[in-house]
Amino acid sequence: MEAIYRYDGTFEGFLCCVFDSYVYQEYPIQFQDPDHLAGSLFPSRSVGTDHSHAQRVLASLGKIDPYARELAVKGFLTCAPERERLLYTFIRALYDIGQPLLRQLSHEAVLPVLKAVRHLDGEVHLLRGFVRFSEFEGTLAGEIRPKNRVLPLLRPHFCDRMYNEVFLLYDRTHREALVHRPGQWAIVPLESFQMAAPSAAEAQYRRLWKRFYDTIEIEARRNPKLRMSKMPKRYWDTMTEFQDEACFLAGTEQLPEGAGR
Amino acid sequence: MDVMEKLTILTDAAKYDAACTSSGAQRGRRPGYVGNTSSSVAGCCHTFSGDGRCVTLLKVLMTNCCVYDCKYCVNRCSNDTRRAVFTPEELAELTIQFYRRNYIEGLFLSSGVLVSPDYTTERMIRCLELLREGRRFNGYIHAKAIPGTSPELVTRLGLLADRLSVNIELPSERGLAALAPNKTRKAIFRPMGLIKNTLLENREELVKYRHTPRFAPAGQSTQMIIGATEDSDRHILSLTQSLYDRYRLKRVFYSAYVPVAENTLLPSLDTKPPLLREHRLYQADWLLRFYGFRAEELLDESEPNFNTLVDPKCGWALRHPEFFPVEVNTASREELLRVPGMGVKSVGRVLYARRARQLDHSDLKKLGVVMKRAQYFLTCKGKLLDGLKLRQDSILRNLIAAERPSLPQAEAEQLSLFGQAG
Ligand code: SF4
Repeated sequence: MEAIYRYDGTFEGFLCCVFDSYVYQEYPIQFQDPDHLAGSLFPSRSVGTDHSHAQRVLASLGKIDPYARELAVKGFLTCAPERERLLYTFIRALYDIGQPLLRQLSHEAVLPVLKAVRHLDGEVHLLRGFVRFSEFEGTLAGEIRPKNRVLPLLRPHFCDRMYNEVFLLYDRTHREALVHRPGQWAIVPLESFQMAAPSAAEAQYRRLWKRFYDTIEIEARRNPKLRMSKMPKRYWDTMTEFQDEACFLAGTEQLPEGAGR
Repeated sequence: MDVMEKLTILTDAAKYDAACTSSGAQRGRRPGYVGNTSSSVAGCCHTFSGDGRCVTLLKVLMTNCCVYDCKYCVNRCSNDTRRAVFTPEELAELTIQFYRRNYIEGLFLSSGVLVSPDYTTERMIRCLELLREGRRFNGYIHAKAIPGTSPELVTRLGLLADRLSVNIELPSERGLAALAPNKTRKAIFRPMGLIKNTLLENREELVKYRHTPRFAPAGQSTQMIIGATEDSDRHILSLTQSLYDRYRLKRVFYSAYVPVAENTLLPSLDTKPPLLREHRLYQADWLLRFYGFRAEELLDESEPNFNTLVDPKCGWALRHPEFFPVEVNTASREELLRVPGMGVKSVGRVLYARRARQLDHSDLKKLGVVMKRAQYFLTCKGKLLDGLKLRQDSILRNLIAAERPSLPQAEAEQLSLFGQAG
């Protein structure tokens, strides 16, 4: 029977939807998280999140193939529209066909998941480079605005690279932050985050970087289209080198209200 | 002179060097140290400059003072330009602070020749020692070995850097003699051979003693200037091939010559950098490194330069009709790699997917094969794509059209000039 599943919006919650759909022998055609406005003609079921159910589903995927498990975990982080439905279709086909499904890269249950995960991986790869930090009294803070939920995948990279640092990386799209101090990290929901005005030293490093960026270009090779294809404009607004004047002034030397804009 | 001014002068003087990758050295974090090089494996671009080139490293000269007079170089001693020298402290601080802010993956340190090659290298070593030992920098360092430096100093430099490079600059002895009177081919290849041998010894020692300090773990690279001299693509590519074979270089970089000096021996100042040619050489270099091609297959005496209209792989395919079509479901990896429109990744996917079942034309696009190009060169279950017309001239026209959008703008513009004839 077809039904709409309501769940808590977490990955564990989603895995429990998979679990329950087998218990009740239903085929969920839509998944609604708490932000979703209710109201539909289809019967619906509220799925409670049960850690052990979620673990069983995840383990069963890992047993089919560790790659299947990875696709499920990553697939849930993507921004694909109806990602739960795509993943559900994938998992169901996986239970039916088993491991050989994974080789059918163009299979209708597999391809959309692969595409979404490739998009996610691509964004993670770019952001490893494009993230910018600023220092505030020894703490580093940065901000991104990604399409996919990239923080869990950026986490190992930045925690290793910045092992000795105290830092915070804010995802403005999904309103959560990766926070780290040596030996400890967490990804926590954070409604809002506003970076303070830079200190004199911080402003100076921003200026130095901007100068380096402007100077390293070879004018005789100027090619804005090529740059745009390598670094889509949507990343620019959190990158130091593309900020306007105010970003390069220390808190104490800020332009008066309304000037310079 | 303040740091801002020095950074401006010494970046401006370093920017024509093409090498800016940080691949090949994986070193995890160390407690108490700044950074790692683990993202360097996949290569990490931190930004792209206005010319569309990837920026990975803080690429600067230690100084642009130079006692040499290479005609093609902005830093030549006869050029009237402002000069600056970084102190080790300034350079270390910049590197660390840029690195912490995730602006860069590390430092690319090169230098003009101050007093002598040995004097310069000793100063570079002092910079890197301060950065590595004093400031505990664990990120990526690429250092330039200056021809004429004594072997002990090159070895010390290599123990501080992840990668070393000696620039060939001009692809032929004749070019060097005319344009870089202070350099000889021998002086360039000597450190290259030394680095190669030290790398090999170091690998052996590492097997025996685990704590042997590592010498340039990311190997060595070089760069050549394209278009300052008359050398043919064939000459450049054969040289590249022998560098990979004999010196085990990790990368060869090509840099389209940007006129910086008025000299009768050089292209005139209004010459545009030969970007399309540079692009073709990179494509061919890629074929040597990842696709199993040899230089002599791609160009020969009758055809010493790349066709500007089609990429080197398509060019090869069109000259070798006997090799095609390739049957997707049975061909070896090596054969598939020779099909235009199929890359290392899509070949990997095809090999993986075809073990589950026989593939059709409709599958290939989903696996990332560029069918616009590949369609002429392959069969699925013995069949060509339905309705395909196999006339040599229309194939060529379609292949040219298929590549055009993927060429960076400047190249595409140059191409339209060439395109007028046909
Ligand atoms: S030695 Fe290097 S810096 Fe000096 S002039 Fe020659 S190429 Fe330029």
